[in-house]
Amino acid sequence: MLTLLFDGIAYGMLLFVLALGLAVTMGLMNFINLAHGAFAMAGGYVLVLLMQRGGWPFLAALPVCFVVPALLGAALERTLYRPMYRKPHLDQVLFSIGLTFMAVAAVDYAMGSSQQNLQLPDWLRQRWEFGSGPWMLGVGAYRLFIVVVCVALALGLQALLTRTRFGSRLRAAVDDPVVAAGLGIPVNRVFLLTFAVGSGLAGLGGALGADILGLDPSFPLKFMVYFLIVCAVGGTQSITGPLLAALLLGIADVFGKYYLPKLGGFIVYTLMIVILLWRPQGLFTREAR
Amino acid sequence: MSARPATRSAAPMDATTLAAHSARVMRWKPWELVVWALVWAAPFAAPQHAALINEIAILALFAVSLDLILGYAGIVSLGHAAFFGVGAYAAALLAKHLNPDPLLGLAFGAAVGAALGALTSPMIVRGSDLTRLMVTMGVALVLLELANKFDSLTGGADGLQGVVMGPVLGLFEFDLAARTASVYSLAVLFLAFVVLRRLVHTPFGMSLKALRDNRLRVAAIGLSVQGRLAVVYTLAAGLAGAAGALLAQTTGFASLDVLEFHRSADVMLALVIGGAGWLWGGLIGAIAFKLMHDLISAVTPQYWTFWIGLILVLLMLVGRERLFSPRRWFKRGGGA
Repeated sequence: MLTLLFDGIAYGMLLFVLALGLAVTMGLMNFINLAHGAFAMAGGYVLVLLMQRGGWPFLAALPVCFVVPALLGAALERTLYRPMYRKPHLDQVLFSIGLTFMAVAAVDYAMGSSQQNLQLPDWLRQRWEFGSGPWMLGVGAYRLFIVVVCVALALGLQALLTRTRFGSRLRAAVDDPVVAAGLGIPVNRVFLLTFAVGSGLAGLGGALGADILGLDPSFPLKFMVYFLIVCAVGGTQSITGPLLAALLLGIADVFGKYYLPKLGGFIVYTLMIVILLWRPQGLFTREAR
Repeated sequence: MSARPATRSAAPMDATTLAAHSARVMRWKPWELVVWALVWAAPFAAPQHAALINEIAILALFAVSLDLILGYAGIVSLGHAAFFGVGAYAAALLAKHLNPDPLLGLAFGAAVGAALGALTSPMIVRGSDLTRLMVTMGVALVLLELANKFDSLTGGADGLQGVVMGPVLGLFEFDLAARTASVYSLAVLFLAFVVLRRLVHTPFGMSLKALRDNRLRVAAIGLSVQGRLAVVYTLAAGLAGAAGALLAQTTGFASLDVLEFHRSADVMLALVIGGAGWLWGGLIGAIAFKLMHDLISAVTPQYWTFWIGLILVLLMLVGRERLFSPRRWFKRGGGA
């Protein structure tokens, strides 16, 4: 029970970091970016390449997994994404599906279609057990590491958003880009930075999750639904919304797959539909504007 | 915007001019007749490609059904495969266990698709584009999981095998070269096209386009937005179910593949290549998509999605509406 709960929380935190960038771009630019998973995949493959071919240690490789997708995201934002902001949602959806297809095929070509294995360092492969019986809590070091990193990231981002000048500019730009630009806030640069950081976070999440979620070229398509669920259910106006939604999703998914393995994602998808029917704007949003 | 002639003229149109107008738009143009004649000639002129023609006809029917809700009513759906899939399974199961008659199976597949559409239509009238996207996709995913779970009925990942169809109308046996199948699918597509062509020019069809352009105004002139959306969603679902039934009947097989996400994405892609918002879009898009698929996968069977993705990205950057008027390619403007 508690083990499952813990695994669910670890999974949920991972989904949160993966989806946060998507939530921010969606809330900020009103852009539905289905290619978000491609950045996560990029992070995962950077980690695999560095560790297997380059022989880098795990901890040293992680920051690179943030930087590379962030740069990639910044480059793509400048060249491809910006003209798409003002187009209808249908165009955005098709555009980003196209990007995803390209990423999937390109990675398949470059790295092969098989699942990548990650050699975790020994200190992350331990496991501790507390208590006994149905309330036994088994804690894998790797999952604990993920939870710690993700909580630190969430707190850091929350502080960034509420305490810093950049954060207040970002919030102003989300609320009303026109007025924000009128006040002299460089909205375009704020967009660019946010997109880059969001992509970088996705890459970091993909790298952290490579071992739990599995990493193969179909990653962006497989997890696209999960990222979108987090954004749709959590709403895109705050950090707490996606966080709670991701935790809910992670726990529901782990429990569902444990107790009713044959039903697979059935529970999660049904839950999502019910929640969206109940509150179309998401669970944790202020009144719809 | 769609009821343009009625709203733009200074004096309000009376009933007779409106009728004359709709008769004028509804008349078949010469090029339409030529294209249909060519399409009909295809299975007889190139019987060796009958299987491909069959696939194109099915995809075209599927794309036209998506056009009804996307191009006319303006609902972005990423889960249209749900209806295609249930139609396919319904037709296959009916043929396997009860009655092998193709037309009965077709009607049954369409009916089951329409029933699911009617059932899920309340879900798509609320919320934003993102919500609708998620809900439509969610419905297809739930069905996929269910089909996987009840593998005693659906055959699960192995697919439902041993579907043997009877002859069409009791006369034409399905053959291995798919000649009967291609003519059968084309006939169904043609019938649906003729009916829809009339439908989109009726006041109902015009109100759909009005709905796409401005929901608030449609509600303000006293039309039921929800009612119309529900009707068109049900209709489109029924057509998608028919397309699925055609696939199951002509291949004698149904598997989880009919419900997969890539099917929803493919049909949307086909429709967008052909152009959403006019019925020919689905048809042209299906032909272009399938031929492209065939050509590219002949060169690189494994990586054809890369080129499809590239085409999609370029298409969207250029702008859908500008694609067919090359003169405007180099001008700024359009949607951006």
